[in-house]
Amino acid sequence: MSLLTIRRAKGGFLRPPWWFAAPALAVYALVVLYPTASGIVYAFTDWNGIGDSSFNGLDNFSKLLQDDAARGSLVNTLLLSVAIVIVQNGVGLALALGVHTAIKSRALLRVVFFAPAVVSPVMVAFLWKYVYNPAPDAGLNGILGAVGLGGLRQDWLGDPSLAIWSVAGMVVWQFAGYSMVIFLAGLEGVPAELHEAAMIDGAGRFQRFRHVTWPLLAPAVTINVMLSTIGGLKLFDQVYAATNGGPGHASETLSTVLYKQAFVFGNYGYSTAIALVLALFVAAVSMVQIFYLRGREVSA
Amino acid sequence: MKLRYGFRTFLLELVMIAVALAFLFPVYALITLSLKDKQQIASTPLAPPTSPTFGNFADAWQRASLGSALLNSTVITVVSLLLLIAVGSFAAYFLARCASRLGFGLYVLFLLGIVLPFQLGMIPLFKLVDSAGLLGSYQGMIIFYTGIQLPFTIFLYTGFIRALPADYANAALIDGAGHWQAFTRVVFPLLRPITGTVLILNAVFIWNDFFTPLLYLGGSARETVPVRIFAFVGQYVSDYGLVFAGLVLAALPILVVFLVLQRYVIKGFASGLKG
Repeated sequence: MSLLTIRRAKGGFLRPPWWFAAPALAVYALVVLYPTASGIVYAFTDWNGIGDSSFNGLDNFSKLLQDDAARGSLVNTLLLSVAIVIVQNGVGLALALGVHTAIKSRALLRVVFFAPAVVSPVMVAFLWKYVYNPAPDAGLNGILGAVGLGGLRQDWLGDPSLAIWSVAGMVVWQFAGYSMVIFLAGLEGVPAELHEAAMIDGAGRFQRFRHVTWPLLAPAVTINVMLSTIGGLKLFDQVYAATNGGPGHASETLSTVLYKQAFVFGNYGYSTAIALVLALFVAAVSMVQIFYLRGREVSA
Repeated sequence: MKLRYGFRTFLLELVMIAVALAFLFPVYALITLSLKDKQQIASTPLAPPTSPTFGNFADAWQRASLGSALLNSTVITVVSLLLLIAVGSFAAYFLARCASRLGFGLYVLFLLGIVLPFQLGMIPLFKLVDSAGLLGSYQGMIIFYTGIQLPFTIFLYTGFIRALPADYANAALIDGAGHWQAFTRVVFPLLRPITGTVLILNAVFIWNDFFTPLLYLGGSARETVPVRIFAFVGQYVSDYGLVFAGLVLAALPILVVFLVLQRYVIKGFASGLKG
């Protein structure tokens, strides 16, 4: 009797029973599905934790557009995400290309560059708060002075026009090695024969990168761009620990604003509305990236 | 690719090492400052310490109560991981082998959780945990992590199980084993590679998570390492030697684990996220 006839005879007894999924579904419903669904409903109410709440249509969303701090946070979140995606992945790719060579220190360098990614972002933010110390002889300013670039000294986190870029800098420092590791996995998948064939055909270093390596790196690019975009959009820990959104509201992000609206001001309805905007951004970006970046992936 | 170690490679090696040294500057500052007393920090902040002192470390360990914070983080991380692996692998086994429309719909429902920012359900969940009396408890955090990391865990397990032949489990079933036995004795051991990845990625996430433990545990005796460090730095913000000694001690456990298991960790991070 073949497996197929057994399956037919006993009504598919080879299939695991549904209760295998039951515990997972129960926890998931409790922690994610139910709270998220009620969060979406609250985004359209004036709930503030005290007394009754009533529906107020799109009021929370028009408030978001009129509230300077919130609108600024939306712009900051987008700027931060774009900066992080470009710089983190650019640096990550450069490091990967440098490490994926015959150099003797490659194993060590891989560990060094990746290490910050396993440390808590809050702790990295506190470390960088010192690096960004405004004192002329400390941190980054001290180094700039020591190498004769004292003119470039800045109040890195205290200058409103500079604060978000300084935050982006610490995020890039922490996660460029993460991008590098994903690019390295992609580079290892590029067959050596393709490079040799291109070399025989007379392709130079740059041409080989442009026409052989780069197209085959597309899956790694997709993963890296998605991870860094979503990380950038949700950015909270580093901002909260390093600037708490300041000076003024200069480095506020959607996550810090919705946190303060909820747990400092008690505006639960408004806070969830901001979370909904964040969710829509994340969903939209994920969709676009999956369709666009997947489209240019080729296989070796 | 086999490459000769020529002059250009040597130059590249020098450049890469210089980049690494510049990259390590914050770490150098971290260690140097943690070894200096206040006076040395004020006079020569960036020079190597002339007479290193370890007083900051003992002080920081005690004032930040790092011992209890490490215990809290360990309990929460380990129990959450065990639950995630058990609950996640069971569910993924069903989802991977169930060809019906219901099974697929359920799988998509779980995957939705990867994209949804948890902030959307943040307040309702906070109220739920509060009314259950679980704020400031291990249980509240453990349930939270199990739920919030399930989508990603199920995604990894399901992909792996789909690529696994069903024959092993079927042979056990035909020999009279129940589904429970077939899974725990035959299928689960075959999942070891992906279980390693699930373990590493979730462990790093849970150990370092800040936002939710700040909400649920802040001010309680159950604070995890990042939350405790946050409060500690807030209290001693101007005393860099003390603060940095605290940061070194708090970062050390995960860094040591990373260095010991670096091959697996890097592989896990590089491969685990392929969709």
